[in-house]
Amino acid sequence: MKTSLTQRQARSSFADLPRLMRLMTGDEKHSPSAHSTLDVLQVLYERILRVDPSNPHDPNRDRFLLSKGHGPMAYYAVLAARGFISESDLASFAEHESILGNHPDRVLVPGVEISSGSLGHGMPIAVGVALGLRAAGREIPRVFCLVGDGELDEGSNHEAIAIAGRLGVGSLTVIVVDNGSSTHGWPGGIASRFTTEGWAAETVDGHDHDAFERAVRVRHTATPGVVVAEVTP
Amino acid sequence: MRHRFGETATALLDERPDVVVVLADIGTARLAETGAAERHSTRLINVGIREQAMVAVAAGFALEGFRPIVHSYAPFLVERPFEQLKLDLGHQGVGAVLVSIGATFDASTEGRTHQSTGDVAMVSSLPGWRVHVPGHPDEVEPLLRAAVEGTGSEYIRLSAASNRKPMARRPGEVIPVRHGSTGAPVVLAVGPMLDVVLAATAARDVTVAYVATVHPLDRRAVRALASSATEIVVVEPYLAGTSAAGIAAALWDKPHRLLCVGAPAAELRRYGTREQLEADAGLDAAGIAAQLAGFLDLVQAA
Repeated sequence: MKTSLTQRQARSSFADLPRLMRLMTGDEKHSPSAHSTLDVLQVLYERILRVDPSNPHDPNRDRFLLSKGHGPMAYYAVLAARGFISESDLASFAEHESILGNHPDRVLVPGVEISSGSLGHGMPIAVGVALGLRAAGREIPRVFCLVGDGELDEGSNHEAIAIAGRLGVGSLTVIVVDNGSSTHGWPGGIASRFTTEGWAAETVDGHDHDAFERAVRVRHTATPGVVVAEVTP
Repeated sequence: MRHRFGETATALLDERPDVVVVLADIGTARLAETGAAERHSTRLINVGIREQAMVAVAAGFALEGFRPIVHSYAPFLVERPFEQLKLDLGHQGVGAVLVSIGATFDASTEGRTHQSTGDVAMVSSLPGWRVHVPGHPDEVEPLLRAAVEGTGSEYIRLSAASNRKPMARRPGEVIPVRHGSTGAPVVLAVGPMLDVVLAATAARDVTVAYVATVHPLDRRAVRALASSATEIVVVEPYLAGTSAAGIAAALWDKPHRLLCVGAPAAELRRYGTREQLEADAGLDAAGIAAQLAGFLDLVQAA
């Protein structure tokens, strides 16, 4: 059942996130993945992103692309807390008529910028979105993309890291949620993979909301930025 | 055709502020010569040899309301980034215009790595795509302009081979070229196969028609063409059988026999000229004539 925006906002808030998360059942295998992104998603939607549920296609909105589409329960909960979707949407998670599947679908879910699930797609698309904003002369919006450290194993990400660095895509900020799930790890640290290509990088405690906010609020002008958010697996 | 693509893409960049061209090194020299790279530096993007990023970046542009043109060799435009075509374009609900070179045996000395016979079949397996195979350089501009005019996903497959005269003036046409007697077999020639089909069938009582938009096929036109015929032959310059589903859908209630002449599903390990490889595959006039004769002999025997 659809609910009005007023109902959605009245019903949910960021303080409700643990309860909102519990409304969704059936994808327990990705529960660790979902919980690993919860803190950074909360900070992004509560403190950083200029998005408006009443005008989700505002051309001057910030773009947030969730590349790590596995375990989207935290994402859905935050979207509900921000007023994009309702609690009844959450309760219908992965049911036949639901708009919420185990991977987000931008065509179905208000506020979702990309459909994701297969790993390694979000960051290259985010580079294109940022280049599109540049070509359109839109200087206000920022483009944020959340990837997982395991997802960085996908080669397509490294195409994106290289080209974003070369083209100086300053509106792009990538958040790597590092829960130590990369099979072979990243010798020298994840940040070095980005700085080698000319990115500005910072590594923070992904559970420290203030530290993450300070890092992700920085907008670089001539280079893309990456914030590596280390979280408890 | 490649030259005409460069000219038309440049003109579209000049005319339309929503058009972007995304390349992975291939094609950059031509668009530098036309001045497009200098005039449109924010809308002509070369990502380097990164074909997954090429399609994904185009998708990002499309999400921002641009109309992307993406260009490379067929294997690197379709086969390598196929999941990006499926997910970054199709599943996001955005479109792009893909323009390939290196059709089938065009890169005749390069070997299997630079050849794609399955590209049209692969693209046709994705929902909502249209596929065009122009048979003459003069067909490139109208097909490309029409593709860019829309919002969906379109694949334009350019070839080194060309017919002597242009035929297609707009997408979707099925154009009768030679009329046989009532009930005569119908031969549908795809893109650059027309002239060789006309040569192969010169001594036969057959109806020959030309098509450049091969997916989706104009079912009504195919039905009209085959209204009195039972034997249908498709000569396609890529994987044999790619168009069979389209023909079957058009003639679903009409008993018919179908021969698909095209490139074989084979690991090619020979070099030489395009013409030599086409002859190996039975796609020269003699090969097509022989396959047609065998088919019609079997029909007669049945």
